[in-house]
Amino acid sequence: MKVELRDPNKIMKLSRLGSFHQSKLSFLRSFLNEFKEWEYKKDLFNLNENGFGEAVYSFKKNKRVYSLVCFANEIKDEERSDRVIATKWDAAFTLHDGVPTKKDIERLKNEVPKQEIGRLSYKELTLSRANKSVRIYNHVVENLSNGNQPDLNLLSKVGYLYRTTAVYGSGKFGLADRFRIKNREEINGPFRLEMMLVYLVRQFTFDQVNHVAYHKNPKIAVRLDDNICKNLGIGNSTGLGMAPFIVNHPTLLNNWIESREKALKKIREIKNTKSKDTDLFIECVKKSLKNITSWNTDSKYQQKKISMLLRDVEKFLNFIDREFDFEIEYPFNKIYQWLEDNTCEECIEYIVSIMMEPYNDITNPLVKEMSSDEEKYFNIPTDRTVEELLNIIEAKYKNILNINFEEKQNNQNFWFISKNKEEPRLADRFEENGSELEQPLAIARDIKKLYDVLLVTKNSLTIAEFLASNSKLRHVVRRAFIIEKFPYSEIQDNTIGKELMPIDMLRLKLSFFGALKFDPKSDKWLRICMFQGAPLPHELKNYDEQWVYKTKI
Amino acid sequence: MKSLSEIETTVKRATKAAGYSWGVSEETAKSVRLLELFSLPGVKHLNEYFNEKNQNKFENLNLISEKNSSLKHPYCPIILGVSFLDQINILENLKKIEFKNIAYPVIFLSFISRSSEIIGKKIYVKIDEKIILLNLNINMILSFIDQEFPKIANTIEVHLLENKDNFTKDEWNNLYKLSEDTFVEESDSLKEGAAGAGLTDND
Repeated sequence: MKVELRDPNKIMKLSRLGSFHQSKLSFLRSFLNEFKEWEYKKDLFNLNENGFGEAVYSFKKNKRVYSLVCFANEIKDEERSDRVIATKWDAAFTLHDGVPTKKDIERLKNEVPKQEIGRLSYKELTLSRANKSVRIYNHVVENLSNGNQPDLNLLSKVGYLYRTTAVYGSGKFGLADRFRIKNREEINGPFRLEMMLVYLVRQFTFDQVNHVAYHKNPKIAVRLDDNICKNLGIGNSTGLGMAPFIVNHPTLLNNWIESREKALKKIREIKNTKSKDTDLFIECVKKSLKNITSWNTDSKYQQKKISMLLRDVEKFLNFIDREFDFEIEYPFNKIYQWLEDNTCEECIEYIVSIMMEPYNDITNPLVKEMSSDEEKYFNIPTDRTVEELLNIIEAKYKNILNINFEEKQNNQNFWFISKNKEEPRLADRFEENGSELEQPLAIARDIKKLYDVLLVTKNSLTIAEFLASNSKLRHVVRRAFIIEKFPYSEIQDNTIGKELMPIDMLRLKLSFFGALKFDPKSDKWLRICMFQGAPLPHELKNYDEQWVYKTKI
Repeated sequence: MKSLSEIETTVKRATKAAGYSWGVSEETAKSVRLLELFSLPGVKHLNEYFNEKNQNKFENLNLISEKNSSLKHPYCPIILGVSFLDQINILENLKKIEFKNIAYPVIFLSFISRSSEIIGKKIYVKIDEKIILLNLNINMILSFIDQEFPKIANTIEVHLLENKDNFTKDEWNNLYKLSEDTFVEESDSLKEGAAGAGLTDND
């Protein structure tokens, strides 16, 4: 039986993309898988009794070394802010390519804590900063220094000791350009070095909390239990900065989604399943319930989604227990069809992610297809004709062509770059100034404009001739030729409408990172948790691949 | 040092702010990034061009022919470059294209380099007395070492070179003969068992 890939017109709608969950294809899981054999080391730990100073952690294999350089700083409570306008953080980090010399560390000490206004070099690969969850951090220090383990109930409400507020890579602030390192096999996967940074930062937070607790009361202090460490992750506050990325990197977006779609298709095409595989699948679904019930958020929007998810996952388990027989042919195809008919989008995508768990043979090759050589697809094929372009648009942007942008609500917002922080922002076109400086992120509207112009243009004209008098539409002409080859490269929705939920765009990207427990703080930013339940560095050589479904807090 | 990623992002935004469309700004950003990668003064000349653009007028050439001349105002290197890139499949049929009076020719050069990759042919460019060979967008060979480019080029000649060997037949034959010393003579029995053996060519 041949199963078709899911229709991009359905999957690339924002409500669906905003319902995606982590899976085996997620970057933090593929990072762990790639680096599990590497030698992990704490190379330097030079903190004072209050936990301020420098530390270096590394992963090494053969002659290649990646080193996380950490700077922990003292800041006042009133200086601590997760917002991008902050200028001081509890800790700042960079991932250095190789072993940093003393001179490197001195240089980085002057630059890394400054973050966006500091300058890095081609020897640095990623840059980040993080703030303590003060409530949790102090509670843990207090308890450990008194010889006790912390209260798990309290820890479960947050899930981490620190949260990062930005992770930068690929040439930002002088960091190494991607092309310098793109041929390294171990980082042949998107955001792998960003994942490494976050993972090593997590270990730093445990070491720092142990260090501070010990110095507070050396005689009776105890170390944070490894099982508790394992169940803590790293938090992250994410705002609109992330949203334009998925619009600005169409071939990369395609490769992420297409890998997921190919995995699902191949699983649905399995004629006869093995009981060990289906048992693992069901076990993961059952154990994952803890991830749903411990998913805390004040957001009414997310609470509603979580309760629908919980209801539908329970309904699904009930269906599997009472009505379903894995002995039938193509059982996962039947399951998928049942999900589409009986559950919400959040649940469909949740179960789709878990379906991948038993099938490394399907997912591992796909992980290697998730990067993109974007330059290859940048040039517009200007020898093609207007007729061909029209056909592409009609075939690939069907839903978008139905949107009426003359209606105010469909043209309500505009994306711009904030002068203060050089970060993307969204504003109401009819209430705020600056829409004349709009960023080219209203792809649906501009595709519709292009289509309208093409309709009154001679079909036989070449694209070169068309562009000579239609320069304003050039950016969407490029995109249309990209989507011809990459069906999942475009969000099939209106990114400037009144109903837009920008966090759907963030959620899509974060799910591919492998984030858990999305906690929207508004429609424009959210908190998440990464690596919660993940093996600690010393456990990497032999870890349970399904750790993500086995968190205890 | 600025990374190429920073250069590309800033050039894109600056080009848009200078009055070009987003699509053209994307093209300019890629081109200036390329110049900087090749250690050519992309940012410097683009900066000077944008400063001058506020005071002086430049001509937009949208349709390129064999001979192109702007008597009154110099050609804008960005619009000229984008037009060249877009029309390269047609221009490929011309052996030589001539431009007169072009502002900031190094910017135009980067678009010609990208065009070289599109058609898979080397392009020889003469900017007044300076000679540059563009090798499929992989590198540029300059006949001068100071890397100084004029603000205005009186004449640019673009020669689209046919793909041909860079060596003589004799030079190749000598080298090939030497390479044959790594081959082993095949025995008759091995020949009989090789691919296709035992079948007629008409089966």
